[in-house]
Amino acid sequence: MVTLRVNGEERQADVPPDMPLLWVLRDVIGLTGTKFGCGIAQCGACTVHLDGQPVRSCQLPVSAVGDRAVTTIEAIGQTPEGAKVQQAWLAVDVVQCGYCQSGQIMSATALLARTPNPTDQDIDTAMAGNICRCGTYVRIREAIKQAATGQPQGLQVLVDGSAA
Amino acid sequence: MPPDTDIDSGRRAVMKLAGGGLAVAFLWTAGLGPAVAQMNPRRQAADEAAAAADGNPPFAPNAFIRIDADGSVRLVMPSAEMGQAIYTGISMMLAEELGVGLDQIKVEHSIASDALYGIALLGGGQITGGSTSTRGQWQSLREAGAVAREMLVAAAAAQWHVDPASCSVARGTITHAASGRTLGFGAVAEAAGKLPQPATVTLKDPKDFTVIGKPLRRVDSPDKVNGGTQFGIDVKVPGMKYAAVRTSPELAGTLGSVDDTKARAIPGVIDVIKLDNAVAVVGEHYWAAHRGLDALEIEWRKGVNAHLDTATLVGALQESSRTGPALVGRQPKGEAAAGGKAVEMTFVSPMLAHAPMEPLNATVHVTPGKCEVWTGTQVPTRVQKEAARICGIPLEAVTVNNQYLGGGFGRRLETDQVEQAVAFAKQVAYPLKVIWSREEDIRHDRVRPLYFDRISATLGDDGKPTSWKHRITSGTVLGRWLPAAMGKDGMDSDAIESAADLPYDMDNVLVEWVRHEMPPGLVVGWWRGVGPTHNLFIVESFIDHLAQTAGKDPLAYRRSLMKPGSRPLGVLDLAAEKIGWGRQPLPARVGRGIAVASPFGSHVCAIVEVEVTAQGVLRLRRAVVAVDVGIAINPSSIQAQVQGGLLFGLSAAMFNGITLKDGMIEQSNFHDYRTLRINEAPVMEVYTVNSSESPGGLGEVGTAIAAPALANAIYAATGVRLSELPVTRTSLVESAEALKHVAEIGTGKGDVA
Repeated sequence: MVTLRVNGEERQADVPPDMPLLWVLRDVIGLTGTKFGCGIAQCGACTVHLDGQPVRSCQLPVSAVGDRAVTTIEAIGQTPEGAKVQQAWLAVDVVQCGYCQSGQIMSATALLARTPNPTDQDIDTAMAGNICRCGTYVRIREAIKQAATGQPQGLQVLVDGSAA
Repeated sequence: MPPDTDIDSGRRAVMKLAGGGLAVAFLWTAGLGPAVAQMNPRRQAADEAAAAADGNPPFAPNAFIRIDADGSVRLVMPSAEMGQAIYTGISMMLAEELGVGLDQIKVEHSIASDALYGIALLGGGQITGGSTSTRGQWQSLREAGAVAREMLVAAAAAQWHVDPASCSVARGTITHAASGRTLGFGAVAEAAGKLPQPATVTLKDPKDFTVIGKPLRRVDSPDKVNGGTQFGIDVKVPGMKYAAVRTSPELAGTLGSVDDTKARAIPGVIDVIKLDNAVAVVGEHYWAAHRGLDALEIEWRKGVNAHLDTATLVGALQESSRTGPALVGRQPKGEAAAGGKAVEMTFVSPMLAHAPMEPLNATVHVTPGKCEVWTGTQVPTRVQKEAARICGIPLEAVTVNNQYLGGGFGRRLETDQVEQAVAFAKQVAYPLKVIWSREEDIRHDRVRPLYFDRISATLGDDGKPTSWKHRITSGTVLGRWLPAAMGKDGMDSDAIESAADLPYDMDNVLVEWVRHEMPPGLVVGWWRGVGPTHNLFIVESFIDHLAQTAGKDPLAYRRSLMKPGSRPLGVLDLAAEKIGWGRQPLPARVGRGIAVASPFGSHVCAIVEVEVTAQGVLRLRRAVVAVDVGIAINPSSIQAQVQGGLLFGLSAAMFNGITLKDGMIEQSNFHDYRTLRINEAPVMEVYTVNSSESPGGLGEVGTAIAAPALANAIYAATGVRLSELPVTRTSLVESAEALKHVAEIGTGKGDVA
């Protein structure tokens, strides 16, 4: 039995110690926002935070988590950077299929938490581990800059179509 | 000289009409039988079941719109959402005529039904593919919205005893301006539901659009940024168990003996189940199943492909190309002028995997006489049919719950993974979620076909082609996937798409296709951009080569071959202007490449700028794309699809090729089947030609145009003309010394960045 602190709540799971955190979150705790993409830490879809640091949960044995706080996409909006990133993601409408976006947002949030005004090089370094097959990279870059600066970057979408 | 009618005049006419993609192939099916199902804006017999599945809302005037008594507007999506923003596009078409804002609606996945949701362009099947959704539904969905609006207005007008024509609708509210009265949709839903359906409706003049044409946010965005969207892989069914699968790594091999002693000893492992060519371990969670699978000792039986490799396959295609028989896709008009300069090239285009971010999966519950499936699919009615066949039950006994797709790219036009999941689930009593690992996903993809092309031209004194001959050799996707859509002569219209219909004003064009059967087990499938993705690499590389041979500028040469005022010329000129073609010299080993075409009923020109280091490392600096997709329904979606589509095509051209050894696919995951990463993506600009033409396809145009623009840019930067993909780094080095260095560090194909 392992005890985890996930999104501020204590959760117990009767799982083998070598089970990756990804599958504990998805199949045991029932938080499916964190995604399985490759299983070998190549794609970043499974990114979660441990005490605010981005990690690939598909390669992290649950026994290695210890008492560090696990934050997933479901709760990242409760952090100031997470909320800003999600707002920016909506304002430039980053997502396409959306499957990789949980991981993208987790990586972007961790970047802004440690580097509030990232350069293009900072963005490249922080985000290169997250693959997007739909190719949303241009808007990811714009959204990170928008989240950082509060200034509109690129095309801003509208929400309500029928207002005059 | 053969007359035009010898070609297959139907084929030519259809190409002009539909202008590309799967649509061309499938329009033929319209002639095959009298009853092609297609979407109808008015209520159909099959609507009763669809409305019942939706809780029988008081107002359900057709298969797409449900209005509840509380005024909630639910829109039912006939197509599958895999990232292309079709849920948003469909909602915009419906909302525009219905009179609601996009922020006031909720979207729902539809039930599986060809009768209600079939696409005429695709032969009447409920299929999301070939960039047909917007084209196929543009008229019918706006009419569906208008039918609903007129019924709601009629109900309000009757209640007020006023002329319906004196009422207006906006944001879900009906207003009678003269008396200042208003009613919400919910208040009249029940009364409207009892009214007869209008025989005719008047659609808005485009100048009055309030929804269409705006850069609106996707309807699925909010849940996709907070982890709330349910993809197929996220489905939870009470009592569900998880299965990990291994299928014979050798294509067409079968399962021999399995020793499952160690697997069954692993905590959480529940069961080991088998099929002829695959074995699955069932666990309490996917990790137990995955570990159990690794603990199996499996003996595979070799099949007929035990010695198959890529070189053998390419050699066989080359031989077929030489010996034929060749089917004619386009006959030359007129006699070739005597003399001139002959130019010839051959090309090899590799097999490609789809690798959607969401690995293939399906959750299936088989109970006596029934089967329920949860999966993200581009072909829900095919899933239903296959599940019914495997379970031996009637179609109506199968329920398909479609889900959001974590990428499709054509892979989810196939049902093989779902069929396998049903065959496994049939053996157990509980609901079973079957997930393919990424390794299974790539090793058992239904790959983009391998192609061999031979193309030649004769150039006249002015450098322009006086003849053009293109012979394509490949397997056929269409011939398996929908054989009825093959030409009477056996032609596969997908194989020649964007090769037979060129944007250039040339008469003396011969386009042929040689069908080469792939070995058993090597199943080829639709891949984003379908036929045009392959053909445009050949055609636009060759046009560039002809310009070079003629000593002309690649832009000027293309312009000289295009009709003044034509739509492809429009996008060519726009892209060239925006990138500043020829305005200032570029640095050494930096080059720009043009590609232009008219696939999927749209028109696109991409200009890619690359830098190639002396050691052959390729860097994408900039990409400018101009598109003419007809009327722009959502400018934000156009930009996103063109950017993403282009990157998808560039990734494949730079890195990807599926290869075979001993009958097995050699690649297995993102480390050896690479995808462009953010640090490798170019700066991108997308420009749109204003147009009032009917909408063209969008989801595939960026992908189809990517490879030739890249290849031509590489030529401009290095003088190396690519005739094979993916790019090979060793071919791009500047000198023999650099080659030696690169060879020492052991780089190979696809290793260019």
